[in-house]
Amino acid sequence: MIRITLPAHLRKLAQVDEEVRLDVKGPVTQRSVLDALETRYPMLRGTIRDHVTQQRRAFVRFFACGEDLSHELPDAPLPDPVATGAAPFMIVGAIAGG
Amino acid sequence: MSGVRVSVGTRKGAFVLSSDAKRERWEVSGPHFAGWEIYHMKGSPVDPNRLYASQSSSWFGQIIQRSDDGGKTWHQPGTPPGEPTTAPDGTPKGESNKFVYDTSPETGKPLTTHQWYDGTAHPWEFKRVWHLESSLTDPDTVYAGVEDAALFRSTDGAQSWQELAGLRGHGSGDKWAPGAGGMCLHTILLDPSNRERMFVAISSAGAFRSDDSGKTWRPINRGLHSLYIPDPTAEIGHCVHRIAMHRSRPGVLFMQKHWDVMRSDDGGESWQEVSGNLPTDFGFVIDVHAHEPNTIYVVPIKSDSEHFPPDGKLRVYRSRTGGNEWEALTKGLPQSDCYVNVLRDAMAVDSLDQCGVYFGTTGGQVYASADAGDSWAPIVRDLPPVVSVEVQVLP
Repeated sequence: MIRITLPAHLRKLAQVDEEVRLDVKGPVTQRSVLDALETRYPMLRGTIRDHVTQQRRAFVRFFACGEDLSHELPDAPLPDPVATGAAPFMIVGAIAGG
Repeated sequence: MSGVRVSVGTRKGAFVLSSDAKRERWEVSGPHFAGWEIYHMKGSPVDPNRLYASQSSSWFGQIIQRSDDGGKTWHQPGTPPGEPTTAPDGTPKGESNKFVYDTSPETGKPLTTHQWYDGTAHPWEFKRVWHLESSLTDPDTVYAGVEDAALFRSTDGAQSWQELAGLRGHGSGDKWAPGAGGMCLHTILLDPSNRERMFVAISSAGAFRSDDSGKTWRPINRGLHSLYIPDPTAEIGHCVHRIAMHRSRPGVLFMQKHWDVMRSDDGGESWQEVSGNLPTDFGFVIDVHAHEPNTIYVVPIKSDSEHFPPDGKLRVYRSRTGGNEWEALTKGLPQSDCYVNVLRDAMAVDSLDQCGVYFGTTGGQVYASADAGDSWAPIVRDLPPVVSVEVQVLP
């Protein structure tokens, strides 16, 4: 069971209150986790990564286990604590600043 | 008694303002989609409970929302949660926020670039939906004007979108360039007397017309004169801010250009300036009285670098002669120290016997006039900056 935390706006779109828990088949990677997330919550397609290019949107980053994974390859394995459900895969929106 | 619903899009959410036909006491609901930019909301003329909303953010992109109960509840009309996004045969199901430019060979001219600010070729990149326009006859058909400029259509209630690629591909698309606010298709007019005719306007490319339901297009900018482009009378490159028509006289178009208020009496074949005695002919909005096709409204703005009313006085100008002769409408509007802007989609009229006129400001006020502009009062004063205003008269 993979745990995913979403920014508040995406939780509202997906109509979930807490972190999302999903089963991911095969290797646990950014791509497989996001594929599973978008399959369960189709309304999130296009909000985290571009519909066509599948590139991460510019104001969105990925973190887990205290590491910035935003620039890791989409098919690189995520840390073991994410794969085992011990730690969440965090999808984070940039701070608005001001 | 009939009522009025004013749908207001702002930088931080949507608001719905409701009144009976007297338009004296208003109920305010919202913010809906709090925290998101709502570029536009539009109701169907054949089903007043069907509303569409463009919800976007720099973080998470474009969302399309739909209401089937007059704005009480909303949903994204794509594939519901938990359902597979492809049908058993592998074809994709509805993805209401998916706007993909058509590059298929079938369109004939699969454009891949337009001009960037420096004149170099730049790929088309979808950013957001600026304007939604409901079909005049079918509540499930709706058009979307997007940035980077293109026109999309949905025929399934906004569950999925297809580009009308003949617009970008008609021949001048590779020369279109953005203005400072982006390259957006912001105006869509459907001709009520000719279902195959439609008009769009793009900043900063100009106005375009289709006479075959959006399949093919051509520029209609003859008579426009724009000193900010190398050839002031070029076929394209004009920063049209808004065009408007009266449904009883769809061959007559009115335009607020970057500078100049213009009029066409031949469906856009040619344009004449009708700025007349306006204090400045820069502005964004233009609209037509619901019952008097020669009565038009603009809100003059000082200049393209000073986006506020001249002299700090917020004045709507009305022409009852289809342009050239204008009168200032000031009763109830601030006449000192007012430095707000009125953006291109932020004016609308209702169709009650005594025509109502509405506009919203970047200062968060929405003003209403129940007497065709003679007097004004704010419905609300302190919303986030207003991007769009639309009105429906309810049975």
